[in-house]
Amino acid sequence: MAKEKEFYWRRLHSLLGLIPVGLFLVFHLLVNFQATKGVEAFNEAAGLVEKMPFLLVLEWVVIYIPLMFHAFYGVYIAFTAKSNLKRFGTTRNWFFMLQRLSGIFLVIFIAWHIWQTRLQKTLADAEVNYDMMADIVSNPAMLAFYIVGIIAATFHLSNGIWSFLVSWGITQSKQSQKVATWVTMIFFVLLSVVGVMAILAFV
Amino acid sequence: MAEQKTITVKVKRQDSPEASTRWEEFEVPYRPNMNVISVLMKIRENPVTTSGKKTTPVAWDMNCLEEVCGACSMVINGRPRQSCSALVDQLQQPLTIEPMSTFPIIRDLQVDRSRMFDSLKKVKAWVPIDGTYDLGEGPRLPERKREWAYELSKCMTCGVCLESCPNVNSGSSFMGPAPLSQVRLFNTHPTGAMVKDERLNAIMGDGGLANCGNSQNCVQACPKGIPLTTSIASLNRAATVQMFKNFFGSDHMVD
Repeated sequence: MAKEKEFYWRRLHSLLGLIPVGLFLVFHLLVNFQATKGVEAFNEAAGLVEKMPFLLVLEWVVIYIPLMFHAFYGVYIAFTAKSNLKRFGTTRNWFFMLQRLSGIFLVIFIAWHIWQTRLQKTLADAEVNYDMMADIVSNPAMLAFYIVGIIAATFHLSNGIWSFLVSWGITQSKQSQKVATWVTMIFFVLLSVVGVMAILAFV
Repeated sequence: MAEQKTITVKVKRQDSPEASTRWEEFEVPYRPNMNVISVLMKIRENPVTTSGKKTTPVAWDMNCLEEVCGACSMVINGRPRQSCSALVDQLQQPLTIEPMSTFPIIRDLQVDRSRMFDSLKKVKAWVPIDGTYDLGEGPRLPERKREWAYELSKCMTCGVCLESCPNVNSGSSFMGPAPLSQVRLFNTHPTGAMVKDERLNAIMGDGGLANCGNSQNCVQACPKGIPLTTSIASLNRAATVQMFKNFFGSDHMVD
């Protein structure tokens, strides 16, 4: 990393986490949620996404490049922290650590998830549809891995929104940050319900 | 005569900056209203461990003894704080006393806080009044703003916030909350604000503002109750504006 550019890298990391990565996560979970309405509904929604024009360009610009930057720079950030939860057991210190732990877990989970779904389409010409997911989560260990992955992602995004609001100077006072904690945690619960209901629809 | 009550104290010792650490336990005669410094003074009078081994007196820093100088910070029962205002009657026993290991250790409980003073220089934490002619009186602060600024000015560079921050450690160059909050203080002062872009640009450099991960331990630990996390969030807003000013080459750098 170039000298004296850390500030800009950190701001970029914060911004990309929300736009486009966070937005994509919400969109992704909503598409998945169609599975609760049946096999056909999901295949139709997923098929619609696959039929987007310039799909490969969109995938790289909106997902892979920002996601990879966010992931790799995030791992660097996570490993510069030194946990001190024993000394300070406050909610914010816990969230600070959970943000880093969930981030590292997500790098592993998402890499595995892309390998298991999207890359199978490229490498083995597999079809990404309801059956593919149903096959994956027929293994209870995989289902558990996916549920933990989804909850880690929804937490990381929700708490990431909270951090974004502070990092860009939107929430400053103690009270505004407290309100933001509640709002983002309600968002976390709601998005988790959507995500977990969606994955359970494949069982 | 009733048996003398004693306090058990465990101290983390280190003979020199490179030496290895060890724990030593002491029994100190109790007196009402003791603070941790008076306990260390008792050890100095009779540096013999609980097991009867003669040792060297414990080295530590102190100065004002009334929580305004910031010199006597140490980690007491796992919490970084001022040892002068740490009262034995309010602490669990046995007492454990460690140096603030975020800083280079000189000896025992003495640490080198120079990195904080270097950061204060880097961010120009002062009101510039030097010139080739008398600059005269500066603009007045509204009284309520002065009251607010006074709270930020209570910072004594004690280092407790750096010790409590998970992002200040040997693997990071983060300057920590104290010097950042001083930027907010001096950027509020009407004369200080005349170079506010220079201070903002300094904290937008490496090891600056962006390293804050919002664990918010600093605001819990600060012995002076300074709203450090509010200062950081406020600086984040100022830095956002400064970033755009820099990018677009604004000529409104100090307004």
